[in-house]
Amino acid sequence: MTHFPLLTVTLLLPLAGALVIGVIPKEATRLIRAAALVSTLVTFVASLFIVFHFNASVAGPQLEDQARWIPQVGATFHLGIDGISLWLVILTTFLMPASVLVSQHVGEKVKAFHIVLLVLETSLLGVFLSLDLALFYVFWEAMLVPMFFLIGIWGYERRRYAAVKFFLYTLSGSLVMLVGILFLYFVGGHSFDIASFSHVHFAKSTQAWLFWAFFASFAIKVPLFPLHTWLPDAHTEAPTAGSVLLAGVLLKMGAYGFLRFSIPLFPDAAHRFAPVLGVLAVIGILYGGAVAVVQKDLKRLVAYSSVSHLGFVVLGIAALTTTATTGSVLQMVNHGLSTGALFLLVGMLYDRAHTRQIADFGGLAAVLPVYGGLFLFVCLSSLGLPGLNGFVGEFLILNGSFPVLRVLTILGSGGVVLSAIYLLWAYQRVFQGQPKVPHAERQSLWKDLSFRELAAVVPLLVMTVVIGVYPRPFLRRIEPSVREAIHGAANAATPSGSSSASGFKGAKP
Amino acid sequence: MLRQVVLVPVLPLTGAVILLLFGKRLARVAGYLATVLVAASFVVSLTILSGLAKLPGDQRLVVRHLFGWMAAGGFNVSVDFRIDPLSVMMILVVTGVGALIHWYAIGYMAHDEHKGRFFSYLNLFVFSMLLLVLAGNFLVMYAGWELVGLCSYLLISFYFTRPAAAAAGKKAFLVTRIGDLGMFIGLFAISHVFHSLDFGTVFGAAAQHPAPHFWATAIPLLLFAGAVGKSAQIPLYVWLPDAMEGPTPVSALIHAATMVTAGVYLVARAHVLFEPSHVAGAVVTGIGAATAVYAATMALTEDDIKRVLAYSTISQLGYMFIGVGLGVLYRSPEAYTTGLFHLVTHAFFKALLFLAAGSVIHAMHEITDMKQMGGLLKRLPITGVVFVIGGLALSGIPPFAGYFSKDAILGEAWIHGNYAAWGLGLLGALLTAFYVGRQIFLTFFGRSRVPPEIHPHESPPSMTIPLIALAGLATIGGFLGVGDKGSILNRWLEPVFPSPAVALAPKAGIGLTVLAVAAGLLGLAFAYTFYLAPGATERRQRITTPLAPVRELLKHKYYVDELYGAVIVAPALALANAAAAFDTHVIDGGVMGVGRLVGGGAAVFRRIQSGLVRRYVLTMFGGIVLVVGIFLIAGR
Repeated sequence: MTHFPLLTVTLLLPLAGALVIGVIPKEATRLIRAAALVSTLVTFVASLFIVFHFNASVAGPQLEDQARWIPQVGATFHLGIDGISLWLVILTTFLMPASVLVSQHVGEKVKAFHIVLLVLETSLLGVFLSLDLALFYVFWEAMLVPMFFLIGIWGYERRRYAAVKFFLYTLSGSLVMLVGILFLYFVGGHSFDIASFSHVHFAKSTQAWLFWAFFASFAIKVPLFPLHTWLPDAHTEAPTAGSVLLAGVLLKMGAYGFLRFSIPLFPDAAHRFAPVLGVLAVIGILYGGAVAVVQKDLKRLVAYSSVSHLGFVVLGIAALTTTATTGSVLQMVNHGLSTGALFLLVGMLYDRAHTRQIADFGGLAAVLPVYGGLFLFVCLSSLGLPGLNGFVGEFLILNGSFPVLRVLTILGSGGVVLSAIYLLWAYQRVFQGQPKVPHAERQSLWKDLSFRELAAVVPLLVMTVVIGVYPRPFLRRIEPSVREAIHGAANAATPSGSSSASGFKGAKP
Repeated sequence: MLRQVVLVPVLPLTGAVILLLFGKRLARVAGYLATVLVAASFVVSLTILSGLAKLPGDQRLVVRHLFGWMAAGGFNVSVDFRIDPLSVMMILVVTGVGALIHWYAIGYMAHDEHKGRFFSYLNLFVFSMLLLVLAGNFLVMYAGWELVGLCSYLLISFYFTRPAAAAAGKKAFLVTRIGDLGMFIGLFAISHVFHSLDFGTVFGAAAQHPAPHFWATAIPLLLFAGAVGKSAQIPLYVWLPDAMEGPTPVSALIHAATMVTAGVYLVARAHVLFEPSHVAGAVVTGIGAATAVYAATMALTEDDIKRVLAYSTISQLGYMFIGVGLGVLYRSPEAYTTGLFHLVTHAFFKALLFLAAGSVIHAMHEITDMKQMGGLLKRLPITGVVFVIGGLALSGIPPFAGYFSKDAILGEAWIHGNYAAWGLGLLGALLTAFYVGRQIFLTFFGRSRVPPEIHPHESPPSMTIPLIALAGLATIGGFLGVGDKGSILNRWLEPVFPSPAVALAPKAGIGLTVLAVAAGLLGLAFAYTFYLAPGATERRQRITTPLAPVRELLKHKYYVDELYGAVIVAPALALANAAAAFDTHVIDGGVMGVGRLVGGGAAVFRRIQSGLVRRYVLTMFGGIVLVVGIFLIAGR
């Protein structure tokens, strides 16, 4: 390790912050909050250096750090970053300061809360940075612990139910994946290094088994229909910071897993089963959107919208075209920003009203004009308005999927109407009409957004515009890695005739 | 070359951003700022017009590349502006009429405390509309297309504490988005077939090698779905009458002069993609002709001064689609031009009518029911005169602008032998003149039915001056299209719609014109007989008693809103509710049930659930130990 270990430092900075908070007396809550904020900001700045040092023309992993870890089992501490993980890492570090800023409502066990939050950040970053399967699995499992506590201790009414459900779902998926990992380990020559598997070409039947073993874990995480029912409970019951990170980052781990493992390592199986993935994705888009329409709880509505939006991401992965899959990676970031911002805003509303029931509100935009304006803005980003981020991702995904998955793409496009329905209808009921607010007598509650709240949410909105208008810098860095990741699976198509799959040969130029 | 084109959309965008951020503090000057910026944009558009006019006809196409937008895996789209006679015509209408409407709105909105927000949205709309018409490829055009939809939503529901306004805004957005979905899929198809979304590339390729049979029909129909939504044609017109909940300048700008004509612009712009398909041409013409008559019938019994104009707009958009549809069917440059000619004259006289109606509403303290008006010409002389001018133009009475453009459309239908379109157009003209006459007589003539507590007086000059300017345009605007092939507009648009080598059918005879004008005069005469002439009330009653069922049908707008509610909205909502119940009981219940079985029965699960957090910690540590253990064993 001759160069400066940028990735390792970024990975461990939140953990260092957690240690610092560990020595602060638990009564000094202001200091604890400040320390957590500084720690997340420092981590974010460190992660920006990764972008500066990132070479957009390299497809494979870069800025690698490698160290001995458990040599007895051939596991190494191997970190690296590529176009698929780059923006997910930045997204994680970018959402953390906002998560700290909106956790003012956490009044109990403030110290423990922030330690858990920072431990969570390290484990999330670890998932995206690991190039060693054992290390990846440790972070993957480790992430469960802080998230479990976040939901179970600092969540809302049904927090325990939601926490256990989240835990059991995820763990059962992970155990199946563990079997797959161990199998890879023995077949792949007693190594956990991902690079070492990429040279092994597994038999088609083996690939199929491995694909489904990993699928179990990733599909639950995404979540894909019908494995999604942990999500509405976990998202709704989690404290705001927990919801933001669940939606913003955790869900991306499933899609990331497909791109990092399932597709490059088992290309034949990925090619064979991609249509299954596509069908589940489109069911998720339409079904999640339809269920979102009739939700009565605003936070649950946003949670179901995630099922719908992640369907687009998986559709783009299932298409296995560079355009669509690049769009998917960008859409992961977009969803993190838009849905993250929606959860931030819903949390701010709950802080004031102590309810999230849509029926309890009305005409809120007249009472809280700034809040109402920002909420609408985020809705527009989420429903894919051109000029904002969501449109770029959706368009690339659908346009790239159309030639290969025609019917699925057309059906999935219906999701853009559904998202407009559930978001604008909810907006109409909560923000328009005659003003009706719970606890209206407590005027102190009904102040428009504070500086702290604006500081949490406005940076996300700025990024939605940046990506919406000028996504090139993002796409340019994503594309080479995506091209390489799907190369095998996409080319597995050629012998059976990809043009026959599309049913039509394009007009000659 | 023509670098200043960037300023055209950027000026109003600047206003929108400034007023969005500082609208509250700038409330007093918001209207002036917004108006000046749009006027400046108009001036820049004029310099572009003169710059383009200096070029030889076959070189009047300049594409300005701004920056790369999306690129991934061989798909590449930039933000480009396409300056050609068609887009220049459109930006002149948008900024010219737009500036007048902004100016009018200063007076109209003077007492509204949310002026900053209003003018911010209005400027944002002008920006979006300019983006739509200047776009050099389908994706940027689609962006403008969606953004004008957003502005329409924001401005219809501007008085959002009124439930009707909020509902109308949402309805407009959702109904048009259904059409836009077709267009969205159309873009994928274009990109798939032509490997590009750039106008130049796609049209060039399509002119050389038309798309294969299926796509040749599918692509124009998908694109046209977007036009049907945005331009409020059958069956997606239902949002436009409700859109009258918005402030009147909004109705004039968005729902009459500019946004709703985007569908007509789309067909004209993408005519190369439409022409290979006879079906597409028939669909465009047919929907246009059907809508022209159908919407006009609903205006016959409407008592709301703005809603009459809304139905009229739907109907007149139908005429524009007849024009461009004939262009597609017969590959006729003149027919396209008539559609666009009517777009321009309609922008003048319909903006005028809406703004004059706004002046009436302003004077009437927000009353919009024409049954409570009457005899207002004496109290509102300027408004009354300009309204009559606009009404005559709409009725197709010479020498006002609408006469020339409507007559040109009917003439095209006749010379190409499309007698169905011609007949429906003529019938529409008769109906139009009738409801216009009825509106004028009910509002401005006859006995006053104004409630005694209201004392209407003429609007301030900031409102009447734009009215007079528009009245001037509605009077002389028709001369743009006088002289058929040799007309100013035909010669200007010639590079966009190159003439086919085959000689065209002969010119329509004078008899047709006489017939069209007669239809207009007849309609006005009927209106006079039933609404103003001595004994009109009795005569009306004699007619309406036997025709009561028809009247009911029209009053309820053919029950289409109710039909859509019962056939589409209610089942869709029931389906969503069923899905939600399915999710809770079947899927979640099923998975949790399996979980219980695997977990060793319900008792264990309950115990876990009811346990303390401490117990979870223990369980989790157990799990981690297990995992690490497996690793160590596996490693050996």
